[in-house]
Amino acid sequence: MSAVLPHPVAPGHDHDHDHDHDHAHGQPHGWRRWLFATNHKDIGTMYLVFAFTMFLIGGTLALLIRLELFQPGLQYFNPELFNQFTTMHGLIMVFGAIMPAFVGFANWMIPMQIGAADMAFARMNNLSFWLLIPAALMLASGFFLPGGAPAAGWTLYAPLTLQMGASMDSSIFALHLMGASSIMGSINIIVTILNMRAPGMTLMKMPMFCWTWLITAYLLIAVMPVLAGAITMTLTDRHFHTSFFNPAGGGDPVMYQHIFWFFGHPEVYIMILPAFGIVSQVVPAFARKRLFGYTSMVYATSSIAILSFIVWAHHMYTTGMPVTGQLFFMYATMLISVPTGVKVFNWLATMWRGSMTFEAPMLWAVGFIFVFTMGGFTGLICSMAPIDIQLQDTYYVVAHFHYVLVAGSLFGMFSGFYYWSPKWTGVMYNELRGKIHFWTSLVFFNLTFFPMHFLGLAGMPRRVADYPMQFTDFNQVASIGGLCFGLSQVYFLLFIVIPVMRGKGEPAPQRPWEGAEGLEWEVPSPAPWHTYETPPKLDRTATKVIG
Amino acid sequence: MMTIRRLGYGATRAALAISALATTGVAQALGDKSVTDLPGGPRVLGLDFQPAVTDVAQQIKMLHYGMLIVCTVIFVVVFGFMFYSIVKHRKSVGHQAANFHESVKVEILWTLVPFIIVILMGAAATRTVVAMKDTTNADLTIKATGYQWKWGYDYVKGEGEGLGFISTLDTAQRELSEDNKAAGNDYLLKVDHPLVVPVDKKIRIITTADDVIHSWSVPAFGVKQDAIPGFVRDTWFLAQKVGDYYGMCSELCGKEHAYMPIHVVVLSAPDYTAWVATQKKALAAAADDPKKVWEMGPLMARGEKVYLANCAVCHKPDGKGAGPVKPLDASPVVNDKDINAQILTVLHGRLNGAMPAWQGKLSETEIAAAITYTKNSWSNHTGQLVEPSDVVAAEAK
Repeated sequence: MSAVLPHPVAPGHDHDHDHDHDHAHGQPHGWRRWLFATNHKDIGTMYLVFAFTMFLIGGTLALLIRLELFQPGLQYFNPELFNQFTTMHGLIMVFGAIMPAFVGFANWMIPMQIGAADMAFARMNNLSFWLLIPAALMLASGFFLPGGAPAAGWTLYAPLTLQMGASMDSSIFALHLMGASSIMGSINIIVTILNMRAPGMTLMKMPMFCWTWLITAYLLIAVMPVLAGAITMTLTDRHFHTSFFNPAGGGDPVMYQHIFWFFGHPEVYIMILPAFGIVSQVVPAFARKRLFGYTSMVYATSSIAILSFIVWAHHMYTTGMPVTGQLFFMYATMLISVPTGVKVFNWLATMWRGSMTFEAPMLWAVGFIFVFTMGGFTGLICSMAPIDIQLQDTYYVVAHFHYVLVAGSLFGMFSGFYYWSPKWTGVMYNELRGKIHFWTSLVFFNLTFFPMHFLGLAGMPRRVADYPMQFTDFNQVASIGGLCFGLSQVYFLLFIVIPVMRGKGEPAPQRPWEGAEGLEWEVPSPAPWHTYETPPKLDRTATKVIG
Repeated sequence: MMTIRRLGYGATRAALAISALATTGVAQALGDKSVTDLPGGPRVLGLDFQPAVTDVAQQIKMLHYGMLIVCTVIFVVVFGFMFYSIVKHRKSVGHQAANFHESVKVEILWTLVPFIIVILMGAAATRTVVAMKDTTNADLTIKATGYQWKWGYDYVKGEGEGLGFISTLDTAQRELSEDNKAAGNDYLLKVDHPLVVPVDKKIRIITTADDVIHSWSVPAFGVKQDAIPGFVRDTWFLAQKVGDYYGMCSELCGKEHAYMPIHVVVLSAPDYTAWVATQKKALAAAADDPKKVWEMGPLMARGEKVYLANCAVCHKPDGKGAGPVKPLDASPVVNDKDINAQILTVLHGRLNGAMPAWQGKLSETEIAAAITYTKNSWSNHTGQLVEPSDVVAAEAK
């Protein structure tokens, strides 16, 4: 017997914006459906829409940065405004786009993947989403406050933060809200995964996406309060004459950096581990072959998470730390490359002797492996403290973390979108358009960020509004690449996302991918509003519903 | 497969075409094809570190080359496998999926091999880490203080002890930037007073800062050390070649972050000794006597110079300010009948250093001159004349 409720809507019919769904429980309609949402799928959709909106805002800021840097000299913005752009670009992308987007994926997929009816705490789920809206408004409002948005960089280093205007305070409150939202989301995910798995779904049979999110959620709970502490101390330094970080009163600005990066380094893995999970599901599906080394994947992910707590000071070599400290953080950082390497090797071994096809999800996953690994190489290079000191705060670092965050997190999310959107919307996206989106993004991503390695090696500092003439050529290439990369994402919105959300396209079968396994493919497409209301009976591999 | 190849080929072609277009665009956009490499600074289309002139920088360069080789080998092996698999193991060529999904042997192997590589990397880098940290036995010790947005240099110990000056970006270049007329090989790198050091001597740089964190960096020396307010850190270099070397502040320090370059002139030993001698003479001659009583005319002339060199960056040459920076033109503080209102603001700064404290950075005479200038310029006609002695009196309060 299938535990799945029959879906009242014909496949291919618009699901997301449909008011004519299951009436059995008298769920609210219109705006109430969203404001009072407790359904994990609705909340997941809202998270994804929110994150994509923030992604476009953050992307626009990035393009303004690239516009100013197209030529040496100041053309459009004064340096103060430029610094506001770089700061807000970072904050919006990290806290507004990447993190909420992954929570959106988690909301949609985790209950369906483990055979649960919904998230454990449905109302908290609602709150954790809706906290993001005032947070985003407060963050964005900075531009309209006297003195403009914060301009201290997304890392908000003291004591520069003490010189900022009122927008610094609103941003700090915004980060507090986003942190609270993340913690609630994480608690929800952990409780859901640990308590609500269908009978037979043991932890070691769980899909990799659930595993990586489980570990990510623990990281979030561990480090978001640390960030909250750091920015609260900044706040009291600013207004209540404390001197945690203010050297004028005996405070220590470097202490801020230690606290920030104790949050910041695990944060890096918070932003990449769920992408690892997505890729670990997409690659086997399109290689038509089980994931190689499932167990070692789980252990590698855990090792990365644990190691992420003991490498934070590699962001701070130039602050001047004792030689033993520098050596310790250098060795620990190098160690991270071992489990990360294991993951890449496992993906390759999964592809090896498979029977591969290259639909858009697989293209993005392979693109992820290829380009993310390049970011891994530059990470390896930066792990050597002497080289890192030379490259610290140059464009090389900008290139490095965009290779792991854009080509890593973002490409992983695109892979997940193409993989699961048939299940979400009930229609297939247009394959040719998906391929166009992939190839343009891949090419223009590299065109944007690869030259930045050269700029960094040659000595161009980051976060500068103007630069010596010799850096002009590569900056122009990067700006052109950036514009085209941005346009590719607009293409994605207009020609892929909006059509599938409006239900335009071939109706999606229940299992659109030949090799896809897992409980999300055991329910119709689009997924009914409620799935697995009673626990399903699973086969031995916990990938199929039987009986 | 053909599609992918074709797409890949097309994409590469497009990328190349666009890069070519961009590069041609550069010359046209700038209308200045004369930009060439700056010795001791950045190079046009530079693909590598700047040429090393210290042993440490050379070691860093070698470590980097080593890492490039390691990464290239891994890249070729790993992606060789991947692309072989992508070409051969695809459904469209009729490849059937194998059924293996575990191999303890292989997994141990590919955990151990990276582990060994990592150990070798660590071993290779350790020597340089230790060398970079060894600031003992310096021949000359110089304190570099980061200010928003300039560097202060004080010769603390060694030949030239007692010298000290402020090093600021050439104001003409800052104006070129503002007017979008960037030009010159040393654009944004030229300063009024470069740091001067002797060749083949171990120079220890002590860094600190007055307001926010800055970072003292010279790529050719392989040196980058944050300058942290309230704390003292150090680093060192031993330049093996005379010449000019350039760097830029490498920690975001506010709006003029892009405009606080580091320019180091390395001189031969006799040239350096001669330079120290002239500096000492000039220092003695230039010392302002704060007891001197000034007339309005010369004080205004002096004040204009001080204002343009130190204040105009934020308050603008026309005194109108910009954005969060308060205008001085028609400002109630500037026009206050009590001259101490403005003197105290200038001495102690405001808003946590957004307006810096100038006490100690400018002499009493310079402060008095700048204040007098602002009180009697633009629409301000106070007629007030602030003597250096007034500033001395305010400092005592």
